[in-house]
Amino acid sequence: MEYTLTFDEYNRALKKNRLLGLTCTKCSAVITPPVMICPACGAGDLEVKELSGRGVIQTFTVNFVAPLGRESEAPYTVVMVELDEGPWIMGNLVDVDPAVVNMDIIGKRVRMGETIGARVFPGDAYSAGDACRPLFQFEK
Amino acid sequence: MRNVIVLGVAQTKFTGPQQKTGVELFAEASSEAIAASRITPADIQALFLGNALGDFCEGQGMIQAFIAQNIGCPGIPANKYDGACASASMAVRDAFMWVASGQYDFVLAGGVERAATMGTPLATRTFAMFSDSRYEFPSGVTFPGVFAMLAHLYAKRYDVPLKLLKEQMATVSVQSYRHGMHNPKAQMQKEVTVEDVLSSFTVATPLQLHDCCPFSDGAAAIVLASEKAAEKLTDKPVYVIGAGQASAGPLAGQKDTLPRIYSRELSSKRAYEMAGIGPEDVDVCELHDCFSIASLIASESLGFFDYGTSGDAWMKGEADIGGKIAINPSGGLKSKGHPIGATGAAQVYEIVRQLREEVESERQVPGAKIGMTDTLGGDGGTLVNMIFKRGW
Ligand SMILES: [Zn+2]
Repeated sequence: MEYTLTFDEYNRALKKNRLLGLTCTKCSAVITPPVMICPACGAGDLEVKELSGRGVIQTFTVNFVAPLGRESEAPYTVVMVELDEGPWIMGNLVDVDPAVVNMDIIGKRVRMGETIGARVFPGDAYSAGDACRPLFQFEK
Repeated sequence: MRNVIVLGVAQTKFTGPQQKTGVELFAEASSEAIAASRITPADIQALFLGNALGDFCEGQGMIQAFIAQNIGCPGIPANKYDGACASASMAVRDAFMWVASGQYDFVLAGGVERAATMGTPLATRTFAMFSDSRYEFPSGVTFPGVFAMLAHLYAKRYDVPLKLLKEQMATVSVQSYRHGMHNPKAQMQKEVTVEDVLSSFTVATPLQLHDCCPFSDGAAAIVLASEKAAEKLTDKPVYVIGAGQASAGPLAGQKDTLPRIYSRELSSKRAYEMAGIGPEDVDVCELHDCFSIASLIASESLGFFDYGTSGDAWMKGEADIGGKIAINPSGGLKSKGHPIGATGAAQVYEIVRQLREEVESERQVPGAKIGMTDTLGGDGGTLVNMIFKRGW
């Protein structure tokens, strides 16, 4: 069986600020990041779907202790966003000073930033190359 | 299935960085457990070992084979388990299954880790490997970061003001430190106050230093035996009466139940069903308190308290010795320490000694008959629950 949407395809799209996911042809579930089999119904017939990159912040943390090699990034804000299409996704909130982020951001609408840099974690000795993550900013 | 008992148990003192190798640490724990079982290494028919990061901390892969030779059990099948922080619990569960199946009479299970030896930056990096490396680690998420996000979500979902939740979480840590004071094997031997917790530095909002367990080095080992083979070896048999395990994918993929950990609900249900008991029957539980919020979340998923109410229960002493359910009389991961590959076996060590009434009187749960362990790996990726019963 073919894997419908690979990490490499997902990652390359995200670098261009396009968020890809899958739709299940059987139960219509929207899924991201990609998987082989629909977790909702167990079907394997999935189609690639471009997602809006818009949604609502569900939770967050401002991280002060970064992993080895990423110390210069701290402090930074990690968020989990419920996309308008349904799935939750982890990313960073970038246009707000981490020093002032508090629980008031939960429930706020965000969208993936269009022109914000540093989306790509370049990888380290323990990574299989680089990996992109969504950067979110508040919807104006 | 045959009846399976825990025969001998042992744990090294959990510590910060130290000089003993992983093989040496496990050899210490296992020789003590074998001696306590009144058998010899030659009686051991298989080794099931938890070890998650031996390759990163000392460049040692496949440590289980070197251990088997080292402790006088050459040639036996030796398996290593990686379920992050739940590695040793997977090892104990599988050992239980192999003895129950009739294949083996005596199996050594346990775990070893030198997490503190790695130092905080590398340990933080390697612990983050238990998150989704390709889709979530790029965001810079860490192990504390995961539970920090669950804490904010918990406050929102159950409408607990963050200030109150932080006090409740601090109370969890204070209780764990207090129990650890009386545990000579614990890494932390100091008492802290709610004020100490709330004034410690921030790791990942809203979690502060004293909300987080330490990185630890240590090992724990247990000998499992068939009831029949152990008949003449002990008059205090502790039966394994239930075991459950479950898995989960990336944190964001668990959206339908967070901040509850669904894999824990599946795993504990499987354990309760096998044991034929419910949460109300459990007298003492060693649960996975890698962070103070983790205790609140775990105790609710295990069925001890209603969702959103466990912080209140802790503040009322209901999770303490003498309360509704005695939680983490060992000091838990918070105070006893968290050498991840050994943690699950150390929980079994504590529960067995509690049921045998062998722990220090200050932290003995009086008359405990049924005990439970709860071990979580990563973001809930691996969950193992086991239930033990006093057999005399
Ligand atoms: Zn489907």
